[in-house]
Formats: sequence, C-alpha cells, structure tokens
Amino acid sequence: MKLCYCLSGHPTLPCNVLKFKSTTIMLDCGLDMTSTLNFLPLPLVQSPRLSKLPGWVLKDGSTFLDKELKECSGHVFVDSVPEFCLPETELLDLSTVDVILISNYHCMMALPYITEYTGFTGTVYATEPTVQIGRLLMEELVNSIERVPKAQSASMWKNKEVQRLLPAPLKDAVEVSMWRKCYTMPEVNAALSKIQLVGYSQKIELFGAVQVTPLSSGYALGSSNWIIQSHYEKVSYVSGSSLLTTHPQPMDQASLKNSDVLILTGLTQIPTANPDGMVGEFCSNLAMTVRNGGNVLVPCYPSGVIYDLLECLYQYIDSAGLSNVPFYFISPVANSSLEFSQIFAEWLCHNKQTKVYLPEPPFPHAELIQTNKLKHYPSIHGDFSNDFKQPCVVFTGHPSLRFGDVVHFMELWGKSSLNTVIFTEPDFSYLDALAPYQPLAMKCVYCPIDTRLNFIQVSKLLKEVQPLHVVCPEQYTQPPPTQSHRTDLMIDCQPPPMSYRRAEVLTLPYKRRYEKIEIMPELADSLVPLEIKPGISLATVSAVLHTKDNKHVLQLPPKPPQPPASKKRKRVSDDVPECKPLKPLLSGSIPVDQFVQTLEKHGFSDVKVEDTAKGHIVLLQEAETLIQIEEDSTHIICDNDEPLRVKLRDLVLKFLQKF
Amino acid sequence: MVLPAALTALLTLVLSAALLQFCLKRRFPDFSYITQNGRLTDFLDCVIISHFHLDHCGALPYFSEMVGYDGPIYMTHPTKAICPILLEDYRKITVDKKGETNFFTSQMIKDCMKKVVAVHLHQTVQVDEELEIKAYYAGHVLGAAMFQIKVGCESVVYTGDYNMTPDRHLGAAWIDKCRPDLLISESTYATTIRDSKRCRERDFLKKVHETVERGGKVLIPVFALGRAQELCILLETFWERMNLKAPIYFSTGLTEKANHYYKLFITWTNQKIRKTFVQRNMFEFKHIKAFDRAFADNPGPMVVFATPGMLHAGQSLQIFRKWAGNEKNMVIMPGYCVQGTVGHKILSGQRKLEMEGRQILEVKMQVEYMSFSAHADAKGIMQLIRQAEPRNVLLVHGEAKKMEFLKQKIEQEFHVSCYMPANGETTTIFTNPSIPVDISLGLLKRETAIGLLPDVKKPKLMHGTLIMKDNSFRLVSPEQALKELGLAEHQLRFTCRVHIQDPRKEHETVLRVYNHLKGVLKDYSVQHLPDGSITVESILIQATAHSEDQGTKVLLVSWTYQDEELGSYLTSLLKKGLPQSTS
Repeated sequence: MKLCYCLSGHPTLPCNVLKFKSTTIMLDCGLDMTSTLNFLPLPLVQSPRLSKLPGWVLKDGSTFLDKELKECSGHVFVDSVPEFCLPETELLDLSTVDVILISNYHCMMALPYITEYTGFTGTVYATEPTVQIGRLLMEELVNSIERVPKAQSASMWKNKEVQRLLPAPLKDAVEVSMWRKCYTMPEVNAALSKIQLVGYSQKIELFGAVQVTPLSSGYALGSSNWIIQSHYEKVSYVSGSSLLTTHPQPMDQASLKNSDVLILTGLTQIPTANPDGMVGEFCSNLAMTVRNGGNVLVPCYPSGVIYDLLECLYQYIDSAGLSNVPFYFISPVANSSLEFSQIFAEWLCHNKQTKVYLPEPPFPHAELIQTNKLKHYPSIHGDFSNDFKQPCVVFTGHPSLRFGDVVHFMELWGKSSLNTVIFTEPDFSYLDALAPYQPLAMKCVYCPIDTRLNFIQVSKLLKEVQPLHVVCPEQYTQPPPTQSHRTDLMIDCQPPPMSYRRAEVLTLPYKRRYEKIEIMPELADSLVPLEIKPGISLATVSAVLHTKDNKHVLQLPPKPPQPPASKKRKRVSDDVPECKPLKPLLSGSIPVDQFVQTLEKHGFSDVKVEDTAKGHIVLLQEAETLIQIEEDSTHIICDNDEPLRVKLRDLVLKFLQKF
Repeated sequence: MVLPAALTALLTLVLSAALLQFCLKRRFPDFSYITQNGRLTDFLDCVIISHFHLDHCGALPYFSEMVGYDGPIYMTHPTKAICPILLEDYRKITVDKKGETNFFTSQMIKDCMKKVVAVHLHQTVQVDEELEIKAYYAGHVLGAAMFQIKVGCESVVYTGDYNMTPDRHLGAAWIDKCRPDLLISESTYATTIRDSKRCRERDFLKKVHETVERGGKVLIPVFALGRAQELCILLETFWERMNLKAPIYFSTGLTEKANHYYKLFITWTNQKIRKTFVQRNMFEFKHIKAFDRAFADNPGPMVVFATPGMLHAGQSLQIFRKWAGNEKNMVIMPGYCVQGTVGHKILSGQRKLEMEGRQILEVKMQVEYMSFSAHADAKGIMQLIRQAEPRNVLLVHGEAKKMEFLKQKIEQEFHVSCYMPANGETTTIFTNPSIPVDISLGLLKRETAIGLLPDVKKPKLMHGTLIMKDNSFRLVSPEQALKELGLAEHQLRFTCRVHIQDPRKEHETVLRVYNHLKGVLKDYSVQHLPDGSITVESILIQATAHSEDQGTKVLLVSWTYQDEELGSYLTSLLKKGLPQSTS
C-alpha cells in the first residue's frame, strides 16, 4: 500500500511524504510565506508613517490588542516579526523520513525547520544549482529579517478566542499557532550540510528497494522533477515545470512516461497571463516611467526570473533610449547570484551552453555589469548611497514587501505618482502586498511572470505521458474561486485526478504483482527447461531464498550432509524426512490403453479395466491394487507394499508433466 | 546467459576510446582493428572520450569524418567545449606550419563535434535499450571523466587518465563501489609512488625563485590547458606572498581563453576554488601577462610558460633555442615526454642536440624535471581498485615492466585477475552473471512469511516454476503456472492399507496411533480430528476394523504426490507397529 501524506496546503509550495516499499520519502518542503502579508513591513530606517499607525480597537471599544495590531487604510496588521506557515508536522513522525527530494530552490525554504527540529536523520537530495541558489535565498531571508531587530513579539492575537474576533483575513488564517519566526544562519548551514548533490538522470538507490532519479523540469536553474520507482512501479513527482524556453535546460518529458501515479504540483499561479506578453508590458511600463522622470521599483527574488528580465532589458535599453538610466540590483546576495548564474553551463538551455563553449559568459548581464549599466550592492547602506542617481530602476527584495530593502524604496517613492512599482513575482497578491503602504500615490503595475505549466500544457503533457493515475492539490480540480465559470482552468483527465488538501492522507491506487529476483549462475545451470508450447518453456525451480538489503537471490540448495558412517543405533526420529524439496505439481492425463500396455510390459499380467462414469478403474487382481484414472486425477490404492507402489507411481509419472 | 552481441560491441567501444591515441611516428591509430569490412557506425554502439588531451581525442575528426562514423560520441561539457579548440590548434600546427596533407579540415572538426553528446557527471545515459554509460569525476584535467559502461548486470569501468590526489585546481578522482566486472585503468606511473605534493611544489618554487634571483630566465614548457593553470596558480600566489617583481608570461593566445574556460566551468575545479570564486576567481591572474615573441630577448629575469609541453615544436622550442646557451637559465619540464622529442632528449641527459639543418645546439641551461602531470601513481591506482571493487583489472597506457610489477601487486592484494594486453592483442574475460527474473509477489510473500529468519540448520527451500517466454523470465507458483498455461492440475493420490495387530477398539487404536505419531513427528502438525481420523500435515489416516479379523485394524494412509516423502515415511513407520503402551 502506498500512502501519501500531504503536509502543505499551498499548491506551488508543496510538502508531501510518500511511503513507498518500506521507504519514507519527503517530496519538497515548501515554506508558505503568504502568512507574512498579515504583518507590518520591517523598515530599515525608522518610518514615522508606520510608527504612527493607530492601534486596532475592537467593536466594543476594548483596546487590549492595540499594541499588537495596527490599522492602516482599513486593514489590520500584526506589529511583530513576520512569521511563516510551516508544513504540517503532526500528521506523521517526521523523524522517520528517510530522504527528502528537493525539486527547486523555491521548494526548499522550510528545510531548516524540518531537518533541525523534527529528529530527522536522513539525507536530502538536490542538484547543485538548487542548493547554491537555495542557500542564497535563505541567506537573503535571514539577513533581511535579522538586521532589523524588533523588540516586540506579538502572540496574544493568536489565541483562538481572540482570533475569532479579528477582521478577515486574520480571522481566517489557518494554523496560526504553528506559525514560526525565521530560522538562523547556523540552522541554514546545518540543514544544507545534510544535502547530497545529484545530477539529472542520475539513478540513486535507496536501501536497495527504491530508485530515485531527478529529471530536468525546465523551470529554474537545476530544477527537477523526480521519478521514484522500483522494478515494477513508477511514481512521477512533477513540481514546478516549464515548457517555455527561458534560461534553464528544457523539461524532460519522455522519462515521465509509463507512470503508475503522477503527482502534479507547482502549476502556474496566474493561469490567465501569458509570460511573454507580461515581459513586454514590463519593458514598456518601465521605459515610460523612466522617460517621464520617475523611478521604477521591481520587487523580486535574487535569482530566477530576474536573469530573464535583465536579458530582455539588455536587448531593449538601447532601442528604448534607456542607455543612461542606471539599473541597481540590491540584495545581500546580488553579487553571488550574478556570479553563480554564469557557472552553471551544464544546467542551461542549449543556446546558453553554446555561448560557454566559445567561451563567453552565458548571461548578458555580465556585459551590463562591465559597461556599468547594471550595478549591484549588498544593501542600500554603504556604496549605494554615494552612487545612487535618479531616475533609476531598482531590483530588490522581498516580493512580499514586508522586509528587505524594498520596504525602504516603497516608503521613499510611494508618495510620488511619477514612480512605478512593477510586480513580476507571482507568489504574493500585489494588492495584499501593497495594503500597509496605502494610501499610495505611486503607480502600480501588475505583470506577473510565471513560466510554470498552465492547464493547456498540463492536459497536453498528460496525454503525452499517460499516467494511470494523477494526484494533485484540490485547488487544481476546480476553477479558481475568482473565476468560477472558467472550467478550462482545472485539470481534466481520465480517470479524474485524486485530490489532496493539507493534513490529508491518501492511499495511492495501485498494486504491484512482481518483484525482481536474481538466480545465481550455479542454480541457473542446474535448471532443465522444457518446451511446453511453442515459444514457452518451463523449468521447475527449487532453491534457497536469500534476502539481504532488500535484494532477493535464489541459490542452489546446499548439498545434504553425508550421513555419518558410524554404526550408532539410529533412533526412529532420525529418519524423519526434512528439508526435502516439495514435489512439483502434475498436469496432463493418462491414456488408459497405453497405460495398460505399459503395465503389461512391466510384468503385470492380470490387468483388468472397468469403465466408470468419470473414467476408468484399472485392477491388478493379484496385488489387490486398484488404480482410479480420471481426467484430472489418478488414485492408487494398494496394500502396504512400498516397492510395488513406487513402481506404479513411476509408471504413472511417465505420462504426466511436472511443474 | 550473456548477451553476446552487445557485449562484444561494448568491449570494442571501450578499446576504441583507448585507441584514439596519436603517436609521433604514425599519426592515427589503425582503426581497421575494429572492423575490416563494414562501416564503423554499424559496428560501434558509441564512442567515449574521457578528456581533452590530444592523445585521447586527437584522431576523433579523422575517425568520424575520414574513416566514417555517425553514431553518438560522448564527452563531458568542458571536454566538449575545449576539445574542438585543441583539435583546431593541432590542425594548424600540422597543416599550416608543417605543410602536411591528408589531414582533417576545420569543417571536419565542426562536423565531428556535431555528433558529440555532452554528459553530466553521474548521469545515466541510455545509449540504446541495453547499453548505459555513466561518468565519474577523474581529476587529471578540467572535465576529465571515468566512464562506467553497463549492459544488464555486467559492467566495465574505463578510467581514461585520472588523479587520486587533489591539486591546486582540481579535485581527486572518485568512484562508488560499483563492482564492475572489469576495470580498465591507465598505469602511466605504475610504480612511482610520488613524494608528497607539497614537497614537489616547494621544490619547484625554490628552483624558480633561485633562478630569478640570480637574474636567469625560466622556461616552463606546458600544454595550454591543464597543468599550466595549476602552475600559474602556484606561481601567482607565491609571487604575491613574496612580493616578487620579475615578470611571468604565458605564451600563445589560447591562454586567456583557456583561463576563461576554467572560470566558466568552475564547478569542475576543487572545492576550495569553488567556494571562494565569488570573492576571488583564482583564474584571474594579476602577475601573469601575455607573452610577446620580442620579450624573449629582453634582459633580466623572467618566467615564461610556453606551448607545447614536450619541446617538439612551436614557441616553447623557439624560446628554448634562444636560452639554451646560458647556464644562468633553467628549463623545467613539468610532465612526461614522448621518445624522440627534444624534451625527452634533454631529460635523458643529452646536452648536444642536432637541430634542423645539421645545426648543433649546446644545452648549457639547467634542466629540471618535476613530475606535475596528474596521473594516479601506484598508490592511487590501488586506491581506485579498492573504491570500485572490480572483479578483473586491465592495465593500459604504461610501460610493460612497471605494469608487470603493478599487476603482481594487484593480484596479491585484491585476489582478482589482472591483464595487460599489448596493442592489437585481444583479451577475453569471462563473466558469470546471475540472471534477473520476475518473481510473483504472491510467491515471494508466501516464502518470506513462512520464515522471516533463515534457519542455518534447515535452509528453507522455495519451490516455483520458471516460465520462459519471448526472452522474459517469470518465476511463479506452480499453481499459477498451470493456470496461466490453461492446464488443469492432475492430482496423483496414494492410499495405502497398513495392517496393525491391535485387539482394542477402533477409537483406542486411533488414539494410540495418534500418540505415537505425535511423539515421533515433533516438528510436524499432527491432529486428531473429531470424526476419528488423524492428519499429519495434509496426510489423512483413517482406521477401520478388518472385515475378517477383529484383532487386526486397517489403517488407510492417504496422501498426494506432493507429500510423497512424508507419506512414504509414514507407511513404513506404521508398518513397524505401535510401541507397547506403557499404560
């Protein structure tokens, strides 16, 4: 029985645990960061506006929460260090997880919580770019939260009785008692040290029972889907895949074929937007703002889509007359991210690989940096404040607008309608992200770029790879809540997908019937195959079964020990038969006439045959022996005359086939 | 049960990779060893190139474009990137400078490279339905790989050139315990157990430093990629630390490009370089500058890296001729030199060299040899064998005498067969693979359920039927085999009449029989059923009174053929009669 424990309710930040052939495999550990939207932003420099926000007062006038909750333009926010919604940790004992498979750097952000707090002792598998860039994302996260220490930590509002009284969305937030503060760098390092690097199409054996293989998923540098298989069962785990040609290696679809179960997660979060169109809009909005003397703010992650945006701008700036506009990339890991992107040639699409063979850097941002068009800084402090020139374009995090240098720019530029903030990352609702900055004069443009599979591509993919069963988050089995008429925005396949939600356990619907076993050469030599039908041969096998490390081997039975030559009086029980091979099954039928002839040939002279309803009875009168012969059975009834019985037995066996 | 066709092809492909070695006398290997008639493409499944050194890929365009091969050629990404540049360089020297004809063209190199499929480390590449290959990190040079080649459960590992100790820029070769049937290892340094790397480095730096201090010039002939970068890193850090001012030059335009490859493929270098590359890329040199031909005549000390490495042609030879006459100067040979080259001559002590045009060149400069070339030494080879645990070892790429010594050592320490065939010799190695079959889960579970812990004294036998059909093997229970073939079971049953003298009543006789059997057959399930019969496992015993003699009871013992042993034993046991009851 295969079980799937679903620990995350977020379809693009999955965390599932699969029990497969005595192994326990965690598939991704995504961290749901949308919880941070309920918190006030963490400003780098004291923000008078934020500190003056009024405390929230209940309808009945009680003010006991006004220290913890602040109100801004009709929304209520928690004034505390932002917290994240962890995967479910109570559904099963996570210390029993043997391995964790990571599909891409966005889906590993909860790793330190799992590896450092649950007694986990296993191994984590991920590709090298996933680990390196994942580390950068974690570093940025830790850095941007730790450098703004907040004295106050709110917890009263989490009380169930209190939470009931709060306005939405706080009222409806799930599992708030499980929300956790950010991990620390030592925890990140400890978690990452448990990772073992793997390459695409590398076959990794788990305990001899299961083989797991990462495949290119086309979504991000080093992003992978995983095949989890034994000799007879195949589970494909598809998470964050893309069929668009951006910078990563294209998706490997062919290897997903013949799956018994395909677990499908990480589809596009904006199924109605076309990424190419969005990039175009991004460029034109950016150009327009800058031409009008305004600044552009792009909240983003330090890796991923930003590489594609920079590449587009590289081609666009000269023709759009933006050559003199400075582009700033501000992140504690900006330099590392730009450098790392250039050394993963093997994980890039064909075009970029070809450039490396020349040898040239695969991404043109190297040239942007060389020509001083793109500058990167670890933070707004230091060199940046000297170099800073307006109008300009700033790429910085975090896309939630709750922490990181982006908070500073929102406060700085928010009051002027000349400026524009362009949202490209699809992980956060831009209206929710902007809520604590309202009222806002700056322009807001929403160009979400999500290159992951859309529903048309999914149905094409499923037709192509034809899995027997599809398992997916429940969100994918119905149209999006805001567009309930769009029945095309859901997975459509036969049989219908099995859906899961947070904290649910699914039983995967398939049963294996075979297992691999090895026959040792000595045993193979001793087998005597018999052709039963044309092209089909049979051999009976009697052997000793050895099972070690989940591998089964058949060996020749040991030779019986030679009986001791001593004349010691034997006890009756010494003769008790033991360890004799079972006799084979028999098949066939016995032609009576020929049987009687054979009997006569062997010296039985008084054979008499009687017909019965179902067959014949052969009588050996002198020996008082009776042989009932029917279509499917033979019964020898005789006196206790062992030599006679054995002789008759062997004559009968001559007419039958053994199995 | 081997797959003969695939296996032959498999071994051929390995050898072909090893064969792609150019030597100075005859340029290209004799590929007619592979097949006399018929096209190479039909005969070879694939070609594997282990690394970019010309003695491993120099004949590739000749092989694929001139002899004719259209199948896949596998190499790692760095090799794929660097290989065509070295081939083009090689072509230029040979055709443009030496005026050779009948050589491959630039276009042929390009066409050849189109047939190349790049592989990742540890990626399993399925060449065809049966054949799969997997690359392992080999150290040696950037992108060097060892390859595991596998068909079914039989496999061969071909090491190419490898290095078991990390150096200034590369890591050590590594392979998992893949237990190949055959390990084909290079054995360039079959007996040399080289002193520690640190000592050699210190020695090298000391010699360079001394020469420069006394105003001499140091020539280091190298190949553009590989050792050169390691030595550059070494000198760069030394110059920085000692604050030296003497210029270091690197000849040929290839170098800067070469360093660029190292920057872009930094994931293939050693851990230290990989970890620090964001802060400082080790391949951006501050002290090492491009060389101009005119610099050779500059006065004062300098260090020059020049290609090629064996002093057989090109810039290194030109500079050598200029500097050879001055005893203040020094030439350091950091690698192995092929017989016949100037490098080999001066290393073997020759000091008067005959150059073109009968000119005699007297070598007064100091000649030093420093083994920096990154091959595994004997210790390294043994270490790799320990890692991979092969069943057979085959040594190539070395000198016969040294190989013989190593062969004995390997056979002694690992108790595996070791071979060292000469060029053109065929070695046959027999494997004894076990046969994978599919066992029905029902049968397997039945067996494992009976006894989880195997009893040493009484090994449990399992019984099944192997169905062989269209090359598929399935082991199922006999019942299932019958069912699948649409055959009915034929039951063979025996019933034996055993006469026992016992005047007691029937049920008392039965009880006595029961107690007797229970006492003897301790390991069997003996049951007394309510209807008065006895079962021993599935054997049925019933008692009836003799129709004529009340003092005799007839026991009917009935069993099927499957219980033959036990049934036969029971009748003979009962025939001996019952023991006198103690009651």
